[in-house]
Amino acid sequence: MNNLLIAALSADAGLPLGITEGGSWLLRNVWLIPLLPALSFVLILTFGKRMPHGGSELGIAAVGIAFVLALLTGIAWVDHRDNSHDQEVHVAVVQFDDHGVGHGDGSEEGHGGGHPSLAVHRTAVWFQAGGMEFTVGTLVDGLAVMMLVVVTLVSLLVHVYSTEYVHGDRRYTHYFAFLSLFSASMLLLVVSENTLQLLCAWELVGVCSFVLIGHWWEEKPNSDAALKAFLTNRVGDMGLLVGVTVLFFAAGSALPGRFGSFSIAETNALASSGMLSHTALLVASCGLMAAVMSKSGQFFLHTWLPDAMAGPTPVSALIHAATMVVAGVFMIARMYGVFFEGFQIGGSSINLMAFIGGLTTIVGACLAFVQRDIKKVLAYSTISQLGYMVMALGVGAWTAAVFHLFTHAFFKACLFLGSGSVAHAVHSFDMKSDMGGLRKHMPHTYRTFMIGTIALAGLPPLAGFWSKDEILVGTGGWGLLGGTGGNGAYTLMLGMGMLTAALTAAYMTRCVYLTFFGEFRGHGEPHESGPRITVPLWILAGLAIVAGFLNLPTGFQLAPGSLQERFGHYVEPVAGYFPAITHATPSWSLAIASTLVVMGGIAASGYYYFVKVEAASKAAGTSLTELPDGPTTRYPVAAMGYKLLDNKYYLDHLYNGVIANGTKGPLARLVYRFNQQVIDRTVDVVGETAVKVGTVVYDRIDQLVVDGAVNASGRASSGMGEELRRVNSGKVQSYAAILFAAATVLAGLLIVIV
Amino acid sequence: MLLNQFLLLSAVLFSIGVYGVLARRNGVLLLMSIELILNAVNINLVAFAAFTDTIGGEVFALFVIAVAAAEVGVGLAMVLLLYRSSRTIDLTTVDRLRG
Repeated sequence: MNNLLIAALSADAGLPLGITEGGSWLLRNVWLIPLLPALSFVLILTFGKRMPHGGSELGIAAVGIAFVLALLTGIAWVDHRDNSHDQEVHVAVVQFDDHGVGHGDGSEEGHGGGHPSLAVHRTAVWFQAGGMEFTVGTLVDGLAVMMLVVVTLVSLLVHVYSTEYVHGDRRYTHYFAFLSLFSASMLLLVVSENTLQLLCAWELVGVCSFVLIGHWWEEKPNSDAALKAFLTNRVGDMGLLVGVTVLFFAAGSALPGRFGSFSIAETNALASSGMLSHTALLVASCGLMAAVMSKSGQFFLHTWLPDAMAGPTPVSALIHAATMVVAGVFMIARMYGVFFEGFQIGGSSINLMAFIGGLTTIVGACLAFVQRDIKKVLAYSTISQLGYMVMALGVGAWTAAVFHLFTHAFFKACLFLGSGSVAHAVHSFDMKSDMGGLRKHMPHTYRTFMIGTIALAGLPPLAGFWSKDEILVGTGGWGLLGGTGGNGAYTLMLGMGMLTAALTAAYMTRCVYLTFFGEFRGHGEPHESGPRITVPLWILAGLAIVAGFLNLPTGFQLAPGSLQERFGHYVEPVAGYFPAITHATPSWSLAIASTLVVMGGIAASGYYYFVKVEAASKAAGTSLTELPDGPTTRYPVAAMGYKLLDNKYYLDHLYNGVIANGTKGPLARLVYRFNQQVIDRTVDVVGETAVKVGTVVYDRIDQLVVDGAVNASGRASSGMGEELRRVNSGKVQSYAAILFAAATVLAGLLIVIV
Repeated sequence: MLLNQFLLLSAVLFSIGVYGVLARRNGVLLLMSIELILNAVNINLVAFAAFTDTIGGEVFALFVIAVAAAEVGVGLAMVLLLYRSSRTIDLTTVDRLRG
């Protein structure tokens, strides 16, 4: 059925979708991976409390098996990507030579020889409505496989870490059940075949996020934070609904004989081929962009993300740093054909997505400077890095953005879990009052945190450097000594990226100094966490070191050509549902410049903290966290800037004070008036009418008909009783006489009738 | 063998029994009349069994005799109790259930 649809579409429109129904068993049965944690969710809720470890072993087993399956799927994908032309795969695509969608100069392999890498597509009918079949299924390509591996790996490590971190918690079983449900929803999201399925999974991860942020809901700030996250996400979800609906009908208008289409591959292919109207694509892109802004914490809907740190730290690492918040980035990457055309990313120098991403990355980085809470530093850093990814997608550097998503998941999860380990030891998240000097007490946490920090700051050769450098190259704004040739000339974005690189290095230096250097300012004796915390930390730190080598830039002279661009080769689709993007050429000069900028940031911040604050501490005889006469006390401009940042740009004031209060007063009055004049009046009229009808019914029907019938039947039975009383003489022989008489009559009747 | 002689005997016996039940005022004689009715039935059953050369009628007759014995036992006990409570077994005087 579905093969026919694809074939029909191709024949009519001459449009290669680049998907196949074939492929190896693992690639066709990817649905097993989300199913495992979903099963474990049900089992933990049902039996978890009765199990020796409160159900955590079920969750770990399910996610562990899912991880192994995801790795095997990854291997199968690599094989499929390299050898798909050797296999007997069913290619449901007809490539028309006059309509063929060309690819940019970057994809030198695959489509040229007529052997495009085909995404493995599989569907089943979900439900039928209005004569249309709505499907649910899997679309497996490099992007989905990469996300499967990342999500299951980080989820597995977080599960293990949590067994120690939330040990003895009052809702231990419940916690693991929702970790499982979250993993299942996120895995369902990344393999989604159509936008409707994506929407459902999107809402599911939102619910899990809400539940886990409010895990300790007895304290009001936590439940407030959960509500804030949920409500802020609802704002963006409206955009998602609008976008999905517009795309559904837009695709329907371009497909002969079809009402609409939710299929991601079809929508993307139609958009890339220019068969959808640009207005529809622009509206859909803006709607989807709103969803990305709320889910991925982009400026000005980012305010929920720092508050979401109210949840347990492993949840923050899994959901609010490594996986769920990148759902928005993933969605852009998945629907890239729509965004690429909708925002006209190619050949431009600014667009909405790149601008919002660029703004977010700076805004987030600045806010990270003024936080006392170590988790909030990392939260703003996450916002900033998500902005980096969105900016990269906005400038057309698709592979760089997805690669940054990949590396960021590892080092940010490492940093978050490290902050959790610190908090586990000092029972606080406040860097200024309860931390300091922890490098002596917690050597493993200190070392892994440092690795994560360097990776995040982007110093070579750690993971963050490679992905950040690719994004900067991808802006196409660097004209010095080669390294141009991206999708447009996004010089402004290059500047924003550079500035953020310096800011990131600086605030992470501050964070590391306040946490691990100086003298310990808290109470008691902090001690290193157990192996169930440190082992996941070391695994993530190791990945933060090596993950960058997966995508060494092309033309990188220190590595053989067969090792260059491996990530891009396997992850970036060259199939029909992906737009024709241009790849920028890497540049030595830009890499050196960005490294110098990072080192400048570290040097400036390091000089302030490691030299001046350290000296002031020695002079004062105590461990200081800032200079007593720092720039904010000396310069009014700096003080004003600090106040602005400290109040988070007054965005919360704007949302609560101006928008919420400004709306709820008039709205309440309007609703009151409506209540009095419309609803109350309606109720009154209904009541009066009911009384009148009741009176009529009582007089006519109840009294005359019903009561009359009852009285008449009473009188009849009483009269009958009078008559029968006479027969009932009490004499046995008169009864016998009646009996015999009746028998005689009946016998006579019998003779007459028979 | 002629069947109608037995049937005639049985009918006569039945009629005498019915007359006894309706006309007798003595409780014991009433019970004896009921026995006549039952035995009229027995004669019918045995006669038809012999006539059709089967055994079912005779078996039923045996059942009837057994049940009749029980019935008379209960009936005589009732008459005895009646006599104890009201010093008479005249059934026309016993009408305490009159409506």
